[in-house]
Amino acid sequence: MKIHIKNGRLIDPKNNFDGVTDIYLAAGKVAALGQAPDGFTANREIDARNLIVAPGFIDLAARLREPGYEYLATLESEMQAAVAGGVTRLVCPPDTDPVLDEPGLVEMLKHRAKSLNQAHVYPLGALTQGLAGKVLTEMAELHDAGCIGFSHANAPLIDTTLLMRAMQYAATFGFTVWLRPEDPFLAKGGIAHDGEVATRLGLAGIPACAESIALATILTLMRETGARVHICRLSSRAGVELVRQAKADGLPVTCDISINHAHLCDMDIGYFDSNANLIPPLRDQRDRDALRAGLVSGVVDVLCSDHTPVDENAKQVPFGEAEAGATGLELLLPLALKWAIEQKISLSAALAKITCEPARILGLDAGHLSVGHNADLCLFDPAAHWRVAAPALKSQGKNTPFLGYEMLGKVRMTLVSGHVVYES
Amino acid sequence: MTPNPQLSEDGALRHLLTIEGLSAKLIHSILDTAESFVSVGEREVKKVPLLRGKSIFNLFFEPSTRTRTTFEIAAKRLSADVVNLNVSASSQSKGETLLDTVDNLAAMGADMFVVRHAQSGAAHLIARHVAPHIHVVNAGDGRHAHPTQGLLDMFTIRRYKQDFTKLKVAIVGDVMHSRVARSEIHALTTLGVPEVRVIAPRTLLPTGVEALGVHVYNDMLQGLKDVDVVMMLRLQNERMSGPFLPSAQEYFKSYGLTADKLQLAKPDAIVMHPGPMNRGVEIDSSVADGGQAVILPQVTYGIAVRMAVMSMLAGTQ
Repeated sequence: MKIHIKNGRLIDPKNNFDGVTDIYLAAGKVAALGQAPDGFTANREIDARNLIVAPGFIDLAARLREPGYEYLATLESEMQAAVAGGVTRLVCPPDTDPVLDEPGLVEMLKHRAKSLNQAHVYPLGALTQGLAGKVLTEMAELHDAGCIGFSHANAPLIDTTLLMRAMQYAATFGFTVWLRPEDPFLAKGGIAHDGEVATRLGLAGIPACAESIALATILTLMRETGARVHICRLSSRAGVELVRQAKADGLPVTCDISINHAHLCDMDIGYFDSNANLIPPLRDQRDRDALRAGLVSGVVDVLCSDHTPVDENAKQVPFGEAEAGATGLELLLPLALKWAIEQKISLSAALAKITCEPARILGLDAGHLSVGHNADLCLFDPAAHWRVAAPALKSQGKNTPFLGYEMLGKVRMTLVSGHVVYES
Repeated sequence: MTPNPQLSEDGALRHLLTIEGLSAKLIHSILDTAESFVSVGEREVKKVPLLRGKSIFNLFFEPSTRTRTTFEIAAKRLSADVVNLNVSASSQSKGETLLDTVDNLAAMGADMFVVRHAQSGAAHLIARHVAPHIHVVNAGDGRHAHPTQGLLDMFTIRRYKQDFTKLKVAIVGDVMHSRVARSEIHALTTLGVPEVRVIAPRTLLPTGVEALGVHVYNDMLQGLKDVDVVMMLRLQNERMSGPFLPSAQEYFKSYGLTADKLQLAKPDAIVMHPGPMNRGVEIDSSVADGGQAVILPQVTYGIAVRMAVMSMLAGTQ
């Protein structure tokens, strides 16, 4: 299959390229830019006039709900949501049922995902067996089975000794440990940011120091063990400051924030909107502003969707009983663009946060459109308006605090390894 | 943000979910209506026909005696048909969801739900869900709100003190876990009370409570100085000893209301308590039974206030 995409504005942040140019794909790779290679005859010509041609997006957190939670979503539905959102590579956390703590499970998931021929799936293995925080998993075996790193997802890791050993063991093999910093004691029972909004609404709070205390522990253990850590879903300004300092000290730490936390704060809970029940909780406006600024300055490396499809019934309950999480794969692009417009940064800098930056954290030679490389790309209309509503989402999860929001930016076509996997 | 879900487009009360967002005018009109119902309770035949033919469901997901009973009496005095449901004991244990329970009762012809639930926001959820002709009264949701308690407290204060804009009011005790305190604070600040104080150890004050418009006192002796109204809060048994407090004894010593401490308030200060009281923990018996306590009148007025709320919600249709 040979494809000629013409007249599009190609933005490739990694290669620092932004301009109208044609791109030629052959045998699943980028064959040429600008001029057609000798003897190239396209099977399909795609007119990308007024569209942006970008590397396929890479999402560092997308729950596909398989295995175990197929009633919430299936691999099929969520992989369709991914490519409808322009996401061609995604990382899935290990909090499935059973959890991803055995090589067989990981191989099965990889195989299932591969057979769908859509986005590439990179599972995170569980850091401890059953995410119970007691026994290490067979990290080397899990790595061979396809795990790209090891994580404790949202499960509490109470034992600091075990955390240190896990980091030492991962560092032995050079694996990255993915941790969401939260002190389990301070977070216990909490459902909202411990601040004025939670006080007014009478919701049990999780103080921001639950994050900074856990983060200080992790950063201290990084110095101790030499482990490489990716900090997941930072939520507070104190957290941003700790990561900034650690990076200035030369620690091999990276971090991401979710699209929800980049745009919303605890005020968005409104009158107990259970779609705003998220992990970590939405914090206050100053926290949100620090996260957004951190993403600009580079202290925060990546913007991710933290895609978590939740069944409607699990949200139609009082706020405190609602299952946490929001659907996000199809909102990653428009919310990255919204952040860029509001922060007055370039389109290319925004796309870097969902292409080459996450690729760097994963250690993948991906997220760019260099000649000879995998042809994973996305064509989107940066001027298309659409309203977030249940029927507009391919994901089985329709739960998002952005329901009813007007979005700017719509994916028109997604290609994985040179094949069109989505078009609208 | 969506508009205030308890008001209709013309600003009339559709549901009573929280005092926050109600105007002083609306609160006074509820209190005025309640005033007209006080005499009903003093008559030989304690009934008016305002809600004849209406079905009111008391939907209590949390145990309650006083609140449920006064709602029941209020509804019956308005001639409504009342059904009491102790849901914690029935459908919830069978796994039925809150909204399924509500739908089933609505299908039985409910005109009004009086709801108590352990989760903050439960009454809002039900109010958003029900058909437009059904009204919801929040009888206490988690730590969030207990608006009829707040209103009956205002009614009581108004009876004894008249002008809200000249008062100093102290709320004493477990503010963090108290929906009563939140409703009282919103009511007092809305009615123009210039100085609302909260008195508690730091472990029992929620983060950023000052943003609700109150002055914080950790020292009860300072906090009670020259106040016109002392509103005590109940301390739950499970909080008397643990991470919040070391013991009930130490709490009583620092924050229990005794006759000695009450002397710091104005000589004509009134003492209130939403009940049920823990004598010897948050309040000394000599004060609870003393001349300045208005705790039993609060209960009596609670019926009139709940009659006012229910008749204003459903009586005009």
